[in-house]
Amino acid sequence: MTTNATLSHPAPATSRGAIAGGIVLAVIAVALAALPQIMPLSGYVLNMLMQAVTYTVAVLGLTVVLGYTGQLSLAQAAFFGIGAYAVALGTVDYGLGFWLSMALGLVASAAAGAVLGLTSLRIGGHYLAMVTIAFQQIVTLVLVNSIEFTHGPDGVSGIARPNLPGVSLTNGRAYLTFCIVVLYAVALGVWYLRRTRLGRAMQAVRDNELAAGVVGVHTYRTKVVAFTISAVLGGLGGALFASGFSYISPDQFSFAESVVFLTMALIGGVQSAFGTALGTGLLILLPEWLRFLKEIYLAIYGLSVILIMVFMPEGIWGLLERIARGGGAKPAAALVTPRPFRLEIASDGPAEFLETRGLAKHFGGLRAVDGVDLTVRRGTVHALIGPNGSGKTTLLNVLSGLYKPTAGSVTLAGRDITRLAPHERCAAGVGRTFQNIRLFRSLSILDNVLVGAQRPGAPARGEAQLRERAYEALGFVGLADKASELVGSLPYGHQRLVEIARALAGQPALLLLDEPAAGLNPTEKQDLVGLLRRLKGHGLTIFLIDHDMAMVERIADHITVLNFGKRIAEGSPRDVLRQPAVIAAYLGEVPTHGAA
Amino acid sequence: MSMIPQLLFTGLGIGSIYALVALGFVLIYRATNVVNFAQGDFSMIGAFIMVVLAIDLGVPYWIAVIVAVVTMAAFGILFNYGVYYPLRHRTFLPVVISTIGASILLQNGVLAAYGPHPQSLPPMLPFPGFTVGGVFLDSQYLLILVVTFALVALQYLFFERTMLGKKLQATSQDKEMASLLGIPVALMIGITFAYSAVLGGVAGILVAPLLFVSINMGSTIALKAFAASIIGGFGDVTGAIVGGLALGVVETFGAAYISVPYKDGFAFLVLFLFLMVRPQGVFGEKVAEKA
Repeated sequence: MTTNATLSHPAPATSRGAIAGGIVLAVIAVALAALPQIMPLSGYVLNMLMQAVTYTVAVLGLTVVLGYTGQLSLAQAAFFGIGAYAVALGTVDYGLGFWLSMALGLVASAAAGAVLGLTSLRIGGHYLAMVTIAFQQIVTLVLVNSIEFTHGPDGVSGIARPNLPGVSLTNGRAYLTFCIVVLYAVALGVWYLRRTRLGRAMQAVRDNELAAGVVGVHTYRTKVVAFTISAVLGGLGGALFASGFSYISPDQFSFAESVVFLTMALIGGVQSAFGTALGTGLLILLPEWLRFLKEIYLAIYGLSVILIMVFMPEGIWGLLERIARGGGAKPAAALVTPRPFRLEIASDGPAEFLETRGLAKHFGGLRAVDGVDLTVRRGTVHALIGPNGSGKTTLLNVLSGLYKPTAGSVTLAGRDITRLAPHERCAAGVGRTFQNIRLFRSLSILDNVLVGAQRPGAPARGEAQLRERAYEALGFVGLADKASELVGSLPYGHQRLVEIARALAGQPALLLLDEPAAGLNPTEKQDLVGLLRRLKGHGLTIFLIDHDMAMVERIADHITVLNFGKRIAEGSPRDVLRQPAVIAAYLGEVPTHGAA
Repeated sequence: MSMIPQLLFTGLGIGSIYALVALGFVLIYRATNVVNFAQGDFSMIGAFIMVVLAIDLGVPYWIAVIVAVVTMAAFGILFNYGVYYPLRHRTFLPVVISTIGASILLQNGVLAAYGPHPQSLPPMLPFPGFTVGGVFLDSQYLLILVVTFALVALQYLFFERTMLGKKLQATSQDKEMASLLGIPVALMIGITFAYSAVLGGVAGILVAPLLFVSINMGSTIALKAFAASIIGGFGDVTGAIVGGLALGVVETFGAAYISVPYKDGFAFLVLFLFLMVRPQGVFGEKVAEKA
């Protein structure tokens, strides 16, 4: 995934504090890189720095997979080991040279990461965590038992250091400087990743996987890519480590080390590259300072993991950031007047825009949607109403691909989309919002809408166009001036609007709205009606669920009424709302089924 | 050839241990939607309590067992309040990480208190076992099978026939609805932790005479138990039991016919195969998150 870094809009949230912080960081970075060249370092200090630097490279992998993407990997030490053993065995046993050995190690790490990710990330939650533990155990078993290949428990010694053209890195200080430069490149890459399409997709998956899919993120692929990146960084760190210390053994790559890596990431702040570096440095230096704890230092690690989770879930860096944000001024709003909102919707094709035939969704014996035929005509506002539990939201979930239908078909503009995954439907032009708002809570409003704008197949290309598109959508709902605020801080009504803007930014042809007016006050409802009418004016087809009959009557061209999963009425608002079956369904005069 | 029935017997015995720990996983998962990564350490703690009571303090064996089981229940409640309860309103990730932290803390706490040397416990029954049709039935394995069967049967009766069992089920199905019906959800979750700790503890006590009692005995058992519960169908009680038994058998046969040093790897190979071919396991259903 490429990103075009030319920005026509000023990047938001670049306050003076951030620039000052950046300068301070740069000074520290340069000083650190120059340190081995200027200062005479004892072998002891040199080793400690070497360990800190190579570990940080590996822990930055966890920033990507855990911090950005929210997936727990407990095999970072195994990948670290794969990289280390590749360099060790490659240079010592096979005479391949450092660079080729390292390249093989990175390929092996990537392959192992991709395979593990592909098998365990299809199903979310705990599988990756457990599968990585299992993988970690297998790697340790192989390292210890496969003696003819790995040298077994004795480890490998005499690992060579590489040379660059014209520069020898055999000297410890030169090699350390080299490692620091690699670390900077990796840290910069990880830091920048967060601002790219891929990085935003990762964070969307972390914050709300379901919504990410619906706005066009290929969630499974994003997770696998994140985990593979993390595996490669683990391997890279390990390769540097092996050459740095010239001796390695299996116990350096055990499960306990994976846990140490995890703790380093968590203590510093796993969502930030700087936090990760901070945490790693701290945990390598700390045991030196706390030598008296040597016996129980792992127990202290364990305890601190619990305490961090309870009291400081964002780590030290997160805490510092929060203090800085609270003390400083609010991020300045971007002073841009967004261009007027456009929707490019093809006007040819069948007038029956969305059609379902015999659509059914059963949960065990419960027929939530039971053979519904539905036709939504192009460019109309079509409302779906019905009492609570009549199957409206289930129907919407089937339409947006979150549920696989038990039977029946869905066609969009003549194309059968029944079997498409949520992100593929989004690419086909289906946008939606949720009844219980599902935003990416740790991202800014702009980033939320950017995730929508970058859906596959959208006309906006490159970062500049994406931003333009996002600002257009935000301008349309009237929130362009709040673009850099965090969504969590917005009032409820505005959050609904951000969700609509997120869907609009992806240039949908069909918008599915699940109770957009729920929880809005009368003025906000009035604004919503106006917004929907303007969208209709742009040629957008809107399919919505709502309980507010007055509102539905005002904006809907057509109404379908659902009860017990079946369509019981259909027609213009005026006709439908007068039908006895509809009144009965709402007032409960049907044979008493109780509350469905 | 008595080799095959012999291996089957041993495999089912070890598999019962995995099944007990897997049950603990599943019950906590159903109540809290979180996998407890310290589940295996419950077994380790149970076994160490036995070492302290029966070996160090010389308490009569069966009294030690009873005291250990009661202590495990209390420990489960303590674990709930220290590790799960403060994070109950967060997403699953912080809770999972917190249980990992607890696992490290428990293992290294015991290490600091007891040192790295593995301890051993004598067999629980005073006779070595019987030989039936050329198959030697070791008394400890027999005991494991009998206790596991009895526990599973009791558990079934408890969940299906008692009011408390139904309340626990209600809590695991829908916490909000349960609390609206006046079920004290926090207490139910506490009880679940206590019971899961007892299951883990019993597994540890039963397996202790077969293995050494060491600080990381729990991790290996827990990993295999987790693999077992995925193979059976994660979140499914029957799946946990069947998966545990099956894994024990696979592993025993693998060690006998393929490779001893890689014995611990077979469980994970089977796990990978299942994740690729049938990730919902034998008894599991695919579940979708509510939108």
